Amino acid sequence: MTAATYAARPSLFARVTAVLGEILARPSGATGLALVALHLFLAIFSPLLAPYDYRAVDANLMLNGPSAAHWLGTDHLGRDTLSRTLLGGREAILVTAIATPLAVLWGGFAGIFFGLVGGRTDDVLMRVVDAFLALPWILKMLVLIVTFGAGIEVLIPTLAFFYGIPVIRVARAATHDVVARDFVQAARARGHGAATIIWRELLPNVRDALLVEGAMRWSWMLLAFSSLSFLGFGVSPPTPDWGLMIADARGFMSFAPHGVLAPVVALSSLIIGINLTADALAKALGIDRSQKAPL
Amino acid sequence: MMKGAETNDPIIRVSELSVGFTSRAGHTIPVLRDVDLAVFSGQSIGLVGESGSGKSTLALAMLGYMKRGLRLIRGEARFAGSDMFAMTGRELEAIRGGRLALIPQNSGQSLTPSLRVGAQLSEALELHTALAESEREARIVRLLEQVRLPDPAEIARRYPHELSGGQQQRVAIAMALAAEPEALILDEPTTGLDVTTQAHILELLRDLASKAGMAMVYVSHDLGAIARVCDRVVVMYAGEVVLEGWAREVLRDPAHPYARGLLASIPKLKDPRLPTALEGRPPAPGQAGRGCAFVARCAIAADKCRITRPELVLLPSGARVRCHFPERVGDLPLCSTGAYAVREMAQDVILSLGDLSITYARTGLLDQVLGRKPVMTPTVEGISIELARGETLGLVGESGSGKSTILKTVAGLMKPAGGRIELAGSGPLPPLVENRRPDQLRRIQLIFQNPDESLNPRQTIAEIIAQPLKLYFGMAGEALRQRTEELLESVRLGVHYMERLPSQLSGGEKQRVAIARAFAAQPDLVLCDEVTSALDVSVQAAVLDLLDRLRRNRNTTYVFVSHDLAVVRALSDRVAVLYQGRLCEIGPAAAVYSAPSHPYTQVLLGAVLEPGPGPAPPQAAADVVELSPPATGCAFQRRCPKRIGPLCDSDAPPWRSGADGHSIRCHIPWQEL
Amino acid sequence: MLRLVFRRLGLGAITVGLVSLIIFAGVEILPGDACTAFLEREAQGKLLENCRNDLGLNRPAHARYLEWASGALRGDLGLSANGHKPIAELVGYRLRNTLLLAFCSMLAGIPLALFLGVVAALWRDRLPDLAISTVAIAAMTIPEFVSATILILVFSIWLGWIPGIVLTPADASIADFFPAVLLPVMVLTFVMTAHILRTVRSSVIEAMASDYAQMAALKGVPYWRIVFRHVLPNALLPAINVVALTIAWLLGGVVVIETVFNYPGLGRMMIDSISDRDLPVTQAIALIIASVYVGVNLAADLLTMIANPRLRTLHMRKG
Repeated sequence: MTAATYAARPSLFARVTAVLGEILARPSGATGLALVALHLFLAIFSPLLAPYDYRAVDANLMLNGPSAAHWLGTDHLGRDTLSRTLLGGREAILVTAIATPLAVLWGGFAGIFFGLVGGRTDDVLMRVVDAFLALPWILKMLVLIVTFGAGIEVLIPTLAFFYGIPVIRVARAATHDVVARDFVQAARARGHGAATIIWRELLPNVRDALLVEGAMRWSWMLLAFSSLSFLGFGVSPPTPDWGLMIADARGFMSFAPHGVLAPVVALSSLIIGINLTADALAKALGIDRSQKAPL
Repeated sequence: MMKGAETNDPIIRVSELSVGFTSRAGHTIPVLRDVDLAVFSGQSIGLVGESGSGKSTLALAMLGYMKRGLRLIRGEARFAGSDMFAMTGRELEAIRGGRLALIPQNSGQSLTPSLRVGAQLSEALELHTALAESEREARIVRLLEQVRLPDPAEIARRYPHELSGGQQQRVAIAMALAAEPEALILDEPTTGLDVTTQAHILELLRDLASKAGMAMVYVSHDLGAIARVCDRVVVMYAGEVVLEGWAREVLRDPAHPYARGLLASIPKLKDPRLPTALEGRPPAPGQAGRGCAFVARCAIAADKCRITRPELVLLPSGARVRCHFPERVGDLPLCSTGAYAVREMAQDVILSLGDLSITYARTGLLDQVLGRKPVMTPTVEGISIELARGETLGLVGESGSGKSTILKTVAGLMKPAGGRIELAGSGPLPPLVENRRPDQLRRIQLIFQNPDESLNPRQTIAEIIAQPLKLYFGMAGEALRQRTEELLESVRLGVHYMERLPSQLSGGEKQRVAIARAFAAQPDLVLCDEVTSALDVSVQAAVLDLLDRLRRNRNTTYVFVSHDLAVVRALSDRVAVLYQGRLCEIGPAAAVYSAPSHPYTQVLLGAVLEPGPGPAPPQAAADVVELSPPATGCAFQRRCPKRIGPLCDSDAPPWRSGADGHSIRCHIPWQEL
Repeated sequence: MLRLVFRRLGLGAITVGLVSLIIFAGVEILPGDACTAFLEREAQGKLLENCRNDLGLNRPAHARYLEWASGALRGDLGLSANGHKPIAELVGYRLRNTLLLAFCSMLAGIPLALFLGVVAALWRDRLPDLAISTVAIAAMTIPEFVSATILILVFSIWLGWIPGIVLTPADASIADFFPAVLLPVMVLTFVMTAHILRTVRSSVIEAMASDYAQMAALKGVPYWRIVFRHVLPNALLPAINVVALTIAWLLGGVVVIETVFNYPGLGRMMIDSISDRDLPVTQAIALIIASVYVGVNLAADLLTMIANPRLRTLHMRKG
């Protein structure tokens, strides 16, 4: 027997499978996970699946209803709604899927740091966090987008920065809970260094809270991203995007409601999927998230 | 024949009651199995058992109540002839709190936080008496007087959180008495209270019961409290009644192997030996098998016990016992069998505390801005103790006495306000762990009260034990694994525990892991902070036995903190008594326990309840809660029954020395105490 | 207790102060200033110089901050870059209109949320709970512009009951906003109710499982009396803070809704000011919204202190 086998604990794979199993055991969790998986699949493979070119404008086909050639009809420029809907989540998912882990990482580490430092520094920094939270997200985002543009290279760091700030609060609270517990005190009394205590005692116990927090941040980021597109500050045409598609199709809603409904269903199903998964994940990990308020 | 039984009909009769839950796999798992029980008017009956024995479930079932998830499998629980489980909601409401009242375990959480005490009492009166609203107020004051609360009118105006634990318990008692019930159910009513408060509450309950002729069902894990209050005792094990009989007999010579083992595992004040451990643990619900539930832990078990489940049989003494061989039970030991030897102590001092003082209070922001210096008295003051190598010092006192604070300070987790901590061979220790050298850290190890809290839930047992080995000895690979295995075996846990997580272990096993982790450092001094308080009594005995064996093998020095004076007696060579952060008395355990001299020690020892019928403990000291020590004079001045005058308030009492290093701190000369 | 109140007030003031610093520093750090932003890139030389002199942009940053902040304290928010009008005047009616929207939503949303939350908790895991919780999840997750779009489709286009677009001018009387205000109010109520009811539900469930609720049942208190007398007063305390957070969130979310419905409120004005690069107006609106946010949270904390006997009686027993 080697040292490696002795140090083995329930492997990461086994634990991930166990948590996945618990999520799938709930109907809501299974539905949520299936929706998320479907959207991720489409985000990757939709260029191969889309029947038409999303840019293909056809003046003869403007605002047509569903037909055999165009299952979901066409938009005001005669573009195929199905193709545009299939492709419409790619940029949103790409941007938020990169920004979410970044936000959780920086917010998580900052929160753990503040939680450990405590005292005056913590008091002051938490006031700054509060001050940032007091400004509406849309204002913070818009000011930066108007100044620097709405490219991916602006959106990702901006979203990651602003959505990491509330994570600081969550990580800090979780850190306070864990630090007060005897096993951290025991490690301190043995004389372990701060790095060991953070890495071995703290992180494994804060991780779950951050994981659930990350799932929630993801859904809020998607909301923010599509709201920005809807308002005309996000993705620029002709790139297909659900928020933008809804904004465009709204004007023709009275005689071509299908143009609005397709992106509405696509966007809602992804966000609902993420939330159902987050709920089931929280229950599987034993975290109550219903007390959380939107921020 | 039956004491206090006026009629032949019991007021409470439980018959063939089984209660259980449905497991994830869809099986029905019983937590109560075929319970038969009768309680007569004027009788008090004790339900005793360890955690998971089903005693609280049974008590609540008598009220027709089951916790969420539990359901009735079969049987009935009758009150005054009618089955509580067959009643309509309205009928239940009339009986509960009216004719049959509950005094709950944790009154602090059982009183509604948003309602004043008076309003909650008034509600009970409104629901169950015909009193008009105007008459209720006077009645509330009378009720609160009856439970001996000072200034009842003021208490009635308070919210529950503004009362101390003892006061909350009294309010709960007053509420139960509001409608003059025919029977009372008491669910661990004194658990969590200090011994002196507990003694007061138990006396109150005895008085009330005998005056009103109420039937009482008293649920407790504490045989001492049961002995004090009950006429009859019912012993529960794994959801079954295993023994029922008169309290005198059950506590003196129980006729069931489990009850005998339980009694033997309780440390006793008069017995300096270690209690005998009851090895093993009860089967989990649904795991009891076909035979006797106790078979795995029973010293006299035979083949028959494995195959058939014993019925309750009536013995000539009038007791009922669930055992195939009640005649053989008498051979089992009843008390500790260990030999007691006065241990010879080396003379070299290993730890010395010099005039140690600790202050909790922090200055607030506002105070700093205004430049105010808050006036405060240190939480712990003037602690000077020397410990010889291999010695065990017991540190006793009630909650708030500062005993755990002293341990944490010695361990370097808290910074003392003054004084010095010296470890032989390492010199004076820096106050905080962050400034101590690794060898100084290694020599002192701390074991915490609750292993659920002190073991990281995300680490395996092997990882937990490996931490000090890697940190202090730089072990790795095969050597690390071997040492971990040895350590696990030294606390009687097999190698197969290595890969488990703490949540997969029982409370006693977790505490063994914590002990193994402490001894992995090969320490000279082990600080034990209430290490057995979270454990059941039979498990406690095993842990005490383990601690004793380890110190003998390694000549380790212990500081053993506990609120349980009998536990301290079993393990300590010397005892120090603390009140409000000040030492009152210190001396050899035998001397302190046989001839307690300081008034506080006398009060404290007097309040301890022994699991044997005996005279009522004296209640000398007033039952009040002190939030901070007095600024001047003796710490015990406000409660002392032997207070001599203003001198006690103004001057700190002098140390007075007796034989064998036995010292007390009191203004009264030794001979007069 | 009084100390606690003052401490909380002090913290609120500090937060608002920090917000003003962040807003001001943000504008300073970002490239360009009010003049380059407003005059766009063609502005060169003299024109830019004149503009900067007019707005006092040549003076050091700290002096400008102090002037701006002290002005704001007096209610003087400065002049807009676009047209040099007093911002306080521009903002006045818009703020009123947004508050009207928020107030109507609260009036409908809070009682509804309390009712539904309690119903879901008491019928936990049964049909009423499943129905309420499912709709709540949908309401919380679907973007506001999506639910707004659906409502317009149903109520304005298909049914034709309520106009889908508000054409009332900003300074019209409150009565003139009806019935057009109803659709945006419905959207906000929908989302707000969902958030609050989730908290109410879980805290009522927790309180129903508490020792004191069990004790009340075992004291013979009838079920509905336990609910109303013992459980709800304790369970609804945490809801106060969530209501505050939801109102605060509403101020951000209202931006999208005001745009969708063309509602003349603060949110749309903010979008316009950002699009027009009118920095003084943007700063002023940011400060107003942040102050309302801090104020609402402060009010919630103070309300909790008053409603919670534990905090109210803090002076009696320190420990």
